[in-house]
Parts: sequence; structure tokens; C-alpha cells
Amino acid sequence: MIQVQNLTHRYGDRLALSNVSFEVRKGEIFGVLGPNGGGKSTLFRILSTMMVPTAGRALIAGHDVERDPAAVRRHVGVVFQTQSLDKALTVEENLRAQGHLHGLRGVVLGERIERAIERLGLADRRHDLIETLSGGLRRRVEIAKALLHSPQVLLMDEASTGLDPAARRDLSRHIENLRSGEGVTILLTTHILEEAGRCDRLVLLHQGNMVAEGTPAELRARIGGDVVVLQTADTALLASKIEQRFGMRSVVRDGQVRVEISNGHRFIAEVVEAFPGAIESVGLHKPTLEDVFVDQTGASIE
Amino acid sequence: MYSWTRRGLPLSDFFLPAATLWQRELVRFWRQKSRVLGVVASPLVFWLLIGYGSNDLARFYSGALVLTVMFSAIFSTISIIEDRREGFLLSMLVSPAPRSSMVLGKILGAATLAWIQGLIFLAFAPLAGVSIRPLELVSVAAAIFLISFTLTGLGFVIAWRMESTSGFHAIMNLLLVPMWMVSGSLFPMSTAHGWVKALMWVNPLTYSIALLNHTLRLPNAAPGAVESLVVTAAFGLVLFLASGLMAAQKATHSAA
Repeated sequence: MIQVQNLTHRYGDRLALSNVSFEVRKGEIFGVLGPNGGGKSTLFRILSTMMVPTAGRALIAGHDVERDPAAVRRHVGVVFQTQSLDKALTVEENLRAQGHLHGLRGVVLGERIERAIERLGLADRRHDLIETLSGGLRRRVEIAKALLHSPQVLLMDEASTGLDPAARRDLSRHIENLRSGEGVTILLTTHILEEAGRCDRLVLLHQGNMVAEGTPAELRARIGGDVVVLQTADTALLASKIEQRFGMRSVVRDGQVRVEISNGHRFIAEVVEAFPGAIESVGLHKPTLEDVFVDQTGASIE
Repeated sequence: MYSWTRRGLPLSDFFLPAATLWQRELVRFWRQKSRVLGVVASPLVFWLLIGYGSNDLARFYSGALVLTVMFSAIFSTISIIEDRREGFLLSMLVSPAPRSSMVLGKILGAATLAWIQGLIFLAFAPLAGVSIRPLELVSVAAAIFLISFTLTGLGFVIAWRMESTSGFHAIMNLLLVPMWMVSGSLFPMSTAHGWVKALMWVNPLTYSIALLNHTLRLPNAAPGAVESLVVTAAFGLVLFLASGLMAAQKATHSAA
């Protein structure tokens, strides 16, 4: 449904997106995970036809975003990170105006508005001004608005940023319903691990490069086993000692030494034994997407 | 590239987005009525002070009315900058509606608001000793609309490429206000010094003020009536076309 081929973008000298390629299948919830400045927003702007890429191309529903933006726009609903609602208008007025932009009117538009309002649970707020709504509700209106012309693809930029955990869960429930109920293909950008973990498949973007691709489970499996986090006064020293003694690669970050290993519990016993008194605290967890990101880039997401 | 035949009436694809934008401007305006006060009040105070001070309210009337229209046009178009970054314009940029229809809707909407505020200012005409016959009201209203359309187009051209509203304020102080000052609003062209006079000749706003003076039968209308009308209309048309062309350009940078 979405094909991204060798997409590259420069802002002057700065390379924001470098040779990114991936494909999103119909009915998938696809995540683009990375830290701010990683290239997510640039990718989003190109896919949503706001900006043309420096090189490479992207197709949505078979249409080239650069050569035929009008066709792409008919098949795509866009939910922006920033608000794209008119605060001085009501929920229904915003939806009506959006429908007009897509050439919808009369009975057809009325029906679409009813359906959008119903499926995002906005019925009791339809006559309220946007400025009186909470952040979570506004986000739902944004989605209702983006779906009005029944797009096959929904693009969402950092849709859950700024929402509290309850509103975030609520939002992902709505996203899941859209996919399962109507077969909408969804591409979302995020820097929130929890949200990325709910996607069917993911790409990880770092400094404009695609560093990994796969399902959340596949990505976590790359690390294999456990992640052991050691707290110590001299992290660099401990890291080099671990390398000497156990022949294992470790990552030093935020005053901690992180080691990826298959039998974490055994390693903990050995490492504490090997360097008595040097280790202040020990942690063990199953790999998260954050660990995958650290493993691939040495940097952190959040 | 854009297919007329695929989706229903071509006219609705163009005019529906424009109409909805126009309507949006009016609804917003109606819900923020205090805006009227801000736009009309300062030119009014300005006019009354300078008019009573120099004991010649009539001479400064047209200038003050154009200032009202200019403030309103600036106020409306300055909102494009924010609106495009986080506002309704953002969704318009990714909709299949043609950019030209978006420009038409935005400019007509903002021009209508400027026009309404110009008409409000017109209510003070008797203070300037101007009496308008009912039939004249049509030509006066038409002249004010034309000026509103022109100044809104000017605002659009300035605002479209702007990254921040502070840049617009700088342009307003360095370009728009001086432009207004040498338009015959404060002093007539006949008494102006050489190079200022030359500036007045090339200043499109001079012709807007003159147009208004002619329709209100006020003195000091240096360019002739037909000349004023033609220059003002031509300026408005050029700005409108320029707005359309600018908006249709493909962005390679983060427009929003």
C-alpha cells in the first residue's frame, strides 16, 4: 500500500533522510520509531505530500507523492502532530469544512460526518467549540476529520504525543478498530516505545538512516536473552574489565553498563563475584525496543 | 494531472473549498467580535486627534478609512503564518482542493472582513462633513471592497513565505505603514517634496486613497478617477495572481 524507495532528503547541507526504503502492506499498522530529529517528521512530510523529496520516491496506493500529489491526497488521511483544527469552530463545523475540501457535500457529507462522529465517540461533543475540548478529544476529532473522505491509508505524526496514558490507550484502541473494522492501512511515527510495541511492523530511524526493520518481536529477538544493567562508579573501567574477563561487548550509557547476554542470571552471579565491591546495583530485564535501538545506534530514543 | 471528470462537478471541486474557507473567516470573525473594536478603534482615534488638531477632519478621512482596511487585512493574513503551522490551513495543504481555490477563499474571506470594517468606519463620514446619497453608497462600497481585496492580496504575498509573525511585524513597520504615509493620507501630492512626490506616484496605495476621495467627493484627489480605479484594480489582480502562483509552488523545505 505504501512503497518507499531510496528516499533521501536534504535541508541545505543537512541530510535529514538517507536512502530509506520499506514497504507497508495493506491493513498493516506500521510504525516509524526514532528520537526527535531522527528523520521521522521529514518522512511524514514527504508521504503526506507537503514536501517533495530530494531523491528517491514514494508511492501510496500506487500514486507517486511527488508526481501526482492530488491522487495521493484522495487516498490518504493525515493526522498532524500539531493541531489542524479551527479552534473557533465546533467539532461538526470542522468536519463539514474538511468534507468540503474533499468535494463532499449534501447528504453524502452528512452521512460521513455522522459515521465519523459515531465511530470516534464524539456524539455528545459535536456542537462544542474545539477550544473547549481536552487534548485527547481533539486528537479524536483530528482522526475523525482525517477519515472523512474514507481514505485507504492513514498517516499519523506523533499522534499520541502530549496525551496522558489513558488517552493514549484510548487512541490505540481506536486505531486498532480502524484497522480491523475497515481495513485501513496505518503508518504512524512515534518516539514512544509502548506505542511502537503495538505496531505490526516497525522501522527504526536514527539520524536519517534506517537502522532496523521487523516486527517488535523480531527486533527484540535480535538481542536474544536478557539485558543486564550494572551501576558502578567508573563505568568505562568496568566495561573494559568485562570485555577482558568475559570477552563481551557492553554499552556505557547514562552512568550504566549494559550487557546483552543469553543467560543473564548466571552472568550476574559471575560478574558480581569477579569484581567484588565495584558494582553498586544490578538489573535484569527482557529486551525492549529501547534496547534494540541502543544496540543498533548507541543512542537512546526518549 | 488533475482530472475534472473523475469526481462529480468540476465547479464544486473548485468553488466548494473556496466557499467553505470564506465562510470560515466570517464565522470566526462573528465569534470574536472584539476584533472589530481593535481594528476600527485605533484609526478612529488617530483620525479624530489629527483631524481635530489640524481642524480638518475631511482631509484625513480617506486615509484613516484605508488604514482601517489595511489593519484588518494584515490581521487576517498574518494568521496564515500560524494557521499553516498549526491550524486549519495545514489540512488544506494535504487536501485535493486546488491551491488556487484555497487562495481565492482565504483572500475573499479576509477581504470581506476588511470591507465590513471599512463600512463600519464609513458610518463616521458625517463627522468629516461627507454626506453620501443612497445611490453613491454602491460606488463607495465597491471602492472599499476593491481596496480591501488589494490590501489582503498584499498581506497574503507577504505572509505566505514568512516563517514567523515577528517578521511580518517588521515588514509592517518598514513597508506597509510608510507606504500608507506617502499615499496622500497625510499630505497631498501637490505640496510634497520632489523625491517624496516621486514615491507617491509609484505607490499603489496613492491610487486607493484617490479612488476613495473621488467616490466620497473629497478634495486633494491627485490622480484622476479612472486612473485610480484602473491602478487599484490592476494592483489587486497582480497580487491575487502572485498569491496563487506562490501557493501552488511545491515545497522542498518544511513549509509547516
